[in-house]
Amino acid sequence: MTSNVSVTVNGESYHVSDVEPRMLLSDFLRDRLGLTGTHVGCEHGVCGACTVLVNGDSARSCLMLAIQTNGAEIVTVEGLGSPEHLNELQAQFREHHGLQCGFCTPGMLMTGEDLLRKYPLATDEEIREGLSGNLCRCTGYQNIVAAIRSAAAKRSEQAS
Amino acid sequence: MKPAKFDYVSPSTVEAAVAALVASNGEGKLLAGGQSLLPLLNFRMARPSILVDLNGIEGLSYIEDRDDRIAVGALTRHRDLEHSPLIASKLPVMSAAMRHVAHLAIRNRGTIGGSLSHADPAAELPMLATFYDATILVQGPSGRRTITPREFFVDALTNCLEPEEIVVEIEFPVLKQDGWAFEEVARRFGDFALASIAVSVLRGPSGLEAARVAVMGVADTPRRLDEAEAALVAMELDDRTPDRFSEVVVSQVSPNDDLHASAEYRKHLLGQLAKRALQTALAMKG
Ligand SMILES: Cc1cc2nc3c(=O)[nH]c(=O)nc-3n(C[C@H](O)[C@H](O)[C@H](O)COP(=O)(O)OP(=O)(O)OC[C@H]3O[C@@H](n4cnc5c(N)ncnc54)[C@H](O)[C@@H]3O)c2cc1C
Ligand code: FES
Ligand code: FES
Repeated sequence: MTSNVSVTVNGESYHVSDVEPRMLLSDFLRDRLGLTGTHVGCEHGVCGACTVLVNGDSARSCLMLAIQTNGAEIVTVEGLGSPEHLNELQAQFREHHGLQCGFCTPGMLMTGEDLLRKYPLATDEEIREGLSGNLCRCTGYQNIVAAIRSAAAKRSEQAS
Repeated sequence: MKPAKFDYVSPSTVEAAVAALVASNGEGKLLAGGQSLLPLLNFRMARPSILVDLNGIEGLSYIEDRDDRIAVGALTRHRDLEHSPLIASKLPVMSAAMRHVAHLAIRNRGTIGGSLSHADPAAELPMLATFYDATILVQGPSGRRTITPREFFVDALTNCLEPEEIVVEIEFPVLKQDGWAFEEVARRFGDFALASIAVSVLRGPSGLEAARVAVMGVADTPRRLDEAEAALVAMELDDRTPDRFSEVVVSQVSPNDDLHASAEYRKHLLGQLAKRALQTALAMKG
């Protein structure tokens, strides 16, 4: 049994045939669409590296089936900005050294985008709570928290 | 790892989903948020022949005010409960507990029907269903029936459903209370709880008129502690009440040692949480 999947990823529409039901969204993005920015760490929802936005909400792409995303709008880390034009959150990660090896970074950014939209992030405690589902083996988290803190501050400046 | 092969259907009605389960001869599995099922599939700890996806069924996701009860559709996401003003005003204990359920990306997908059915002994929603004494409405080949949490949660990761039955709605009675608290300890924020307690109190002319206590993480299923409730109502209210309550709660549980914590440690945690929870509940003014 295979099916066709039609999705919009980072504003572009894709029509892909011969997708097995068991194909995970993470593998679909990486292997069928060639979008290898989405990283795969654990494949059971624990590390957060594979986080993408599905219809505007962050989701683990290792815990969704590709066929479930028929008709959906997906944003991956490739959709945030480009090396020449980083988006605000990416710029703050660069500014604050919020990454070292970069393995966790796509998931941190996609989680950060959703957190910034849904929570006030007024305290570091709240930022840390929000990031508790994303593992980083390099940075010790301090600079990731700093990057998000500063993106949250910019957001409230713009709002006022 | 990757899942073993399976077929997939996405029915648009509950009846069609039940029919698909019946046709699978016990080999089919329902897919709701997938946040517990997909890890099991990826590890090949579950190998269903067919997945019956509930996400295409309209009208299974709602939070409805029925005055003294709040009805929640089985496909309602954790995130919807977390930020619902209706839940915050009518079921404040649930509202306080929701941010402890996993992490945002998982709350965006995970559903109440899936959480209850998965029946993890350290999951918040099964504990809340037990705390509120919710009514679980299920639909199967011969129609609908209601189940109490005490019947529903049979053992760790085991519910009482027949293979062809689907949870469709959970109805929570609104409690008469003037103080409440939800306390939980996990290794890392958003992880499954090591121990947790929910308490609600209603004051009477002298002392308490009613009390409600539920715990999780300290048995194979979430538990209402009837004896601790009765003991609390019988207690005089003074500075020592939270300590005495804590002792009663601890005496009512007998957790096992496991990978995550020793039985002694879990008991100790629960005792501290019980004390803190009652202090918070009693400090509230109506
Ligand atoms: C990293 C991580 C951390 C987590 N931490 C927590 C936590 O701290 N607390 C917590 O409570 N949960 C936690 N979860 C679990 C999460 O809340 C799940 O969403 C939930 O337990 C299952 O809901 P689901 O909708 O995703 O169900 P699914 O994964 O789709 O299904 C789970 C099971 O229930 C069955 N099922 C689903 N819907 C129905 C229905 N309507 N009727 C009958 N059977 C049904 C399925 O067949 C399957 O057997 C965590 C998950 C992950 C991956
Ligand atoms: S790869 Fe998806 S959460 Fe780790
Ligand atoms: S930067 Fe290496 S894992 Fe986070």
